[in-house]
Amino acid sequence: MSDKKSDKVQSGDLVFAAIFLIFSVILLSLLPDQVRWLKKTGITAQPGFWPAASLIGMVGFGALHFLTRIRLSDFRREFSEMAIWARSLEFAIWFMIYVVVVPLIGYLVATLVFSLMLTWRMGYRRPQVLLASMGTGFATVLLFKTLLSVKIPGGMVYEYLPDGLRSFMILNF
Amino acid sequence: MDILLSGFMILMRWDVIAALAVGSVGGVIIGAIPGVGPAVAIAILLPATFSLDPIVGLTVLLGIYGSSMYGGAIPAILINTPGTAVNALTTYDGYPMTMNGEAKRALSLAYSASFFGGIFSVVCLILLSPVLAVIAPMFGSREIFLAALLGIILVVTAHRGQVLAAGMMACFGIFINTIGLEPVKYSKRFTFDQSWLASGVDLIVVVLGLFAISQAFILLVDRDESPDAAPISGGLFQGFKELFQHKRVASVAASFGVMMGMIPGVGEFTAQFLSYTYAQKTSKKPSLFGKGSPEGLIASETANNAVPAAAMIPLLALGIPGEALTAMMLSVFYVHNVVPGPNLFESKMDFVIALYLALLILNVLVIIFLLFSTNMLLQIIRIPSRFLGVAILTLSFVGVYSLRNSPTDCAVAAGFGVLGFILKRLNLPIVPIILGMVLGHIMEIKLRTSMSRVKEPWDFIDRPVAFILFLIILLVLGLFVRTAWKDYKARRENQQG
Repeated sequence: MSDKKSDKVQSGDLVFAAIFLIFSVILLSLLPDQVRWLKKTGITAQPGFWPAASLIGMVGFGALHFLTRIRLSDFRREFSEMAIWARSLEFAIWFMIYVVVVPLIGYLVATLVFSLMLTWRMGYRRPQVLLASMGTGFATVLLFKTLLSVKIPGGMVYEYLPDGLRSFMILNF
Repeated sequence: MDILLSGFMILMRWDVIAALAVGSVGGVIIGAIPGVGPAVAIAILLPATFSLDPIVGLTVLLGIYGSSMYGGAIPAILINTPGTAVNALTTYDGYPMTMNGEAKRALSLAYSASFFGGIFSVVCLILLSPVLAVIAPMFGSREIFLAALLGIILVVTAHRGQVLAAGMMACFGIFINTIGLEPVKYSKRFTFDQSWLASGVDLIVVVLGLFAISQAFILLVDRDESPDAAPISGGLFQGFKELFQHKRVASVAASFGVMMGMIPGVGEFTAQFLSYTYAQKTSKKPSLFGKGSPEGLIASETANNAVPAAAMIPLLALGIPGEALTAMMLSVFYVHNVVPGPNLFESKMDFVIALYLALLILNVLVIIFLLFSTNMLLQIIRIPSRFLGVAILTLSFVGVYSLRNSPTDCAVAAGFGVLGFILKRLNLPIVPIILGMVLGHIMEIKLRTSMSRVKEPWDFIDRPVAFILFLIILLVLGLFVRTAWKDYKARRENQQG
């Protein structure tokens, strides 16, 4: 059964359907190398049964979805949408920099700097907004690390702090 | 009665009471902010609740789940922007009422309808408990496998117009769950000899990526918006009186909410659609629907608020989540070694009752909070969307990193964030991925357990519950094929005509 034909197909749909299908076919072709098939074991108890079933489903649904999109898509609009997808990568990089920096300079300072810089990057310049951004970052650290004691290690720079202050910072920030 | 009392006693602790207050008030606030929603909040808070007592953690999450839709009605009515996705139908009649100068009446009606829906479903849940306690033990491995399979089929077929996309996403979810060490023979599956893949892909990492990080990306990439709404003057109590005048619509909508909530994969949208259609068909003023009909508003808000409590039924009784939010809550149960399913009703009935009572109390807390704080919530609606994006990204870090302090988890979550961003941009379904992961895991375990006792294929359905579930699966598939064929024929006729 095919998807109900919609009046408007989102641009980028065809590219996504193609990428998903290629990805699924590649994974399916890797199945013999990536799972073991055991002798004297029923099909449903095979370690490869569920990966195989899910990949066949991905290829089957993916192929049908691709065929419906190819009929309905406007090829010219596909690539403009991909440019928007690429913009999300910038923020993924911001996020990963934040992840890398936290164990170095500590959760509190990293969060304050990250909030402030990303708020600036998003075009906010008013001091009130920048302060609010840092306030939100501080409240986040206070709530999760200080009050709820979630597992986030202290920064490497804390090693250079005096004894009393170091354990206070490791414990709370 | 004793169980009811012991359930009540579980709640009588300062930390549980604080969790009730935080969950209910927090849920309303989160719901009132367009672009955040309960899925984002629950995904972020999930790892933080692991260190809490199960009843405390679950109460916070239940509070957010149950109360966010109350808050979501505020921007839906005042600025035509639903606070949560399920408040979309509320804009149909809520916003026209605001445009007609009836904002206070619309809000008041929405609050009272939501309250009625919430209380109605909790009462149903409490009344159904003895029945569930009898039925749940009838579910063995085969029955749970078939129920999970039915859940997957319903999740896919419920996405009308997107069935193929939902199918590929559900299969993708099942595939992600298979990565890592296989649970019985411990052989590697799709690890590509990478040690970080041997432990598999964590559900919470995927949830945080698909729901929270992707939403941050959406808000950061989209144009900055800072909605404005005029303050409301006067009390909001008269809605209860008006709701009573439409008690038939409210009762039917709440019943639809309970029924649809209980069925895995169906949920709020179907409940709202059925309620709204019923209300319109039986109304004396059907032409008013979509232009400011109080009955339309009641149907929408009552139905969506009746779903959360009902959605707990398959989760608690069978350990099968019906949608993404209950799938997230399932991980809280597992972390604390509380296994939802048939045994829960036998061994921890007081815990189950405590959860029901928590839902009941939070509905009361929410309505009290809303009646006196609506104007304060209007300030929150005004938070600029890109500023929210920064805040969500900062909060997402806590969620992912606190799990195992692993930068790899964060990279995987960021990857799923990009995938979620693309799926949201394309209006493709995300929830089937999560349900595929959760239900795929259940199906794998239960099928293997049950097949060891099955000699012939028919043995699989030789027990009454298994046979009924098998018939329901056939019925659902049959109905789906029939509907799809009708749609296909109608399209062909339209093209020829």
